[in-house]
Amino acid sequence: MKIAALRLLVLVLLLGIWEFASGRLVSAFFISKPSSIGAKFWSILIDGTLLRNMGITASEAVTGFIVGGLAGAIVGLALGRSVTLAKVFDPFITAFYSMPKVALAPLFILWFGVDFQMRVLFTAVIVFFLVFLNTYTGVRNVSRELMTVFRLMGARESHLARMVVVPSAITWVFAGLRLSVPYALIGAIVAEIMAGNSGLGYMVEHAAAQFDTSGVFAALLGVMILALALNLAVKLLERVLMPWRDAGEQREVTV
Amino acid sequence: MDRPSAKRHETSEGQDGALIRFANVSKRFSLEGGEMTAVSDVSLDVRGGEIITLVGPSGCGKSTLLNMTAGLFQPSEGTVFYEGKVLSGLNLQVGYMTQSDHLLPWRTVFGNIVAPLEIRRMGKAAARERVESLLETVGLQGFGGSYPNQISGGMRKRTALARLLAYDPQTLLMDEPFGALDALLRLRLQVELRILARRLKKTVLFVTHDLEEAVALGDRCAVFSARPGRIISIVTIPLPEDRDLMQLRYNADFTRTCADLWSLLSSELARSGT
Repeated sequence: MKIAALRLLVLVLLLGIWEFASGRLVSAFFISKPSSIGAKFWSILIDGTLLRNMGITASEAVTGFIVGGLAGAIVGLALGRSVTLAKVFDPFITAFYSMPKVALAPLFILWFGVDFQMRVLFTAVIVFFLVFLNTYTGVRNVSRELMTVFRLMGARESHLARMVVVPSAITWVFAGLRLSVPYALIGAIVAEIMAGNSGLGYMVEHAAAQFDTSGVFAALLGVMILALALNLAVKLLERVLMPWRDAGEQREVTV
Repeated sequence: MDRPSAKRHETSEGQDGALIRFANVSKRFSLEGGEMTAVSDVSLDVRGGEIITLVGPSGCGKSTLLNMTAGLFQPSEGTVFYEGKVLSGLNLQVGYMTQSDHLLPWRTVFGNIVAPLEIRRMGKAAARERVESLLETVGLQGFGGSYPNQISGGMRKRTALARLLAYDPQTLLMDEPFGALDALLRLRLQVELRILARRLKKTVLFVTHDLEEAVALGDRCAVFSARPGRIISIVTIPLPEDRDLMQLRYNADFTRTCADLWSLLSSELARSGT
């Protein structure tokens, strides 16, 4: 309760300073001010522009997230299980992983145009690598002792996969997914800024092109809300799919 | 050599009474920059239903012997016989329990114990019944629905023990299974282990570095030298079958045997003292 009050105080203080500084210390042209951002946000909220564009960005990010996440998990499992494949592909994966994926955007525009499909694919590629790499390392790190204990119970490879490898990979898939949320948004929004006529990224870019700082900030606020919502969704999914995680938190903490 | 496998359980001992026989077994590992001899020329006969404890300085290859009994790898020299047959490949007659409990964190206590039964395709109802009775055996009634991270270390050990008993292996390989537990809990699990092993006629190879544990649990105790591990002595523990583990500390035979083992080991430690 006390923390919540303090948080509110910090927020009010920051907004107050911003409101005060705007037009007095720094030109409102550059930093706008909370009151006009609020007004702008309200107006794009009630005329539906914000929700429509947010919906577009969200569906790009979510579709890309699902496609990239699934592909990443499957390829990660496959490569993690096969030593030979892993050895063959390792340098290629590292090379690809180290490259900033944003640099691929122009190529994707060239290949797939500027519409929905391109933005989804772009997001999917970014998510793919994060989820893939996490799953892959996770599968490689499944304790060999644990596998041996199960082999001695008479477990065959199919048992090991079903009982040990896949469930333990889920933990890692989610680590990758959680990491991917901001990147999925980066993918979608960068694609919109570079080549869009809709979406939150387009709104940011469009407002900035018209020197409408309030519009930029209002759109950014929309981006922030979307990011929080996606994070929350992943957390909820995690709680449903990995109940044992949650169970541990109820235990009393000991040092 | 070959026996019909259906008769395996009645004739659980080899021709000459040994269930597990190590015959002049040595094991070398090649490491970077040379070879390391883990065990050297070990010969030991383990009778069916016997509890053998293995003690010795750390790194003396006690675990290596267990691993070879499980068939995880072959000896470099010598032979390991199980039921009179040369061991090759995984030995599915054994169950392994180590210091880490190796439970599946995503399965409840029940789910963990039922895992080996699922592997054996036991029917759901029969498996449930078996797990329920095992939960009772190890004193975990009412905890079937808890996840491993919700229960204490001792309860996790019990869960691992119940899982081990669930698929009823003939031989239990235990590598310092109670190492990380507090003294009281350890004692309780030792009591339970001895009672269960006797009742279910299990053969047990039990590695420990705790001499009192070795004496309390074992029918015989094999004392190892420092690396390369050789057996320097096999001590028959002069305690009755139905010993009361709770009262052992006041038993003269117990204290004397511990002291004997200690003098064996301490001279060994002094010799190898680097």
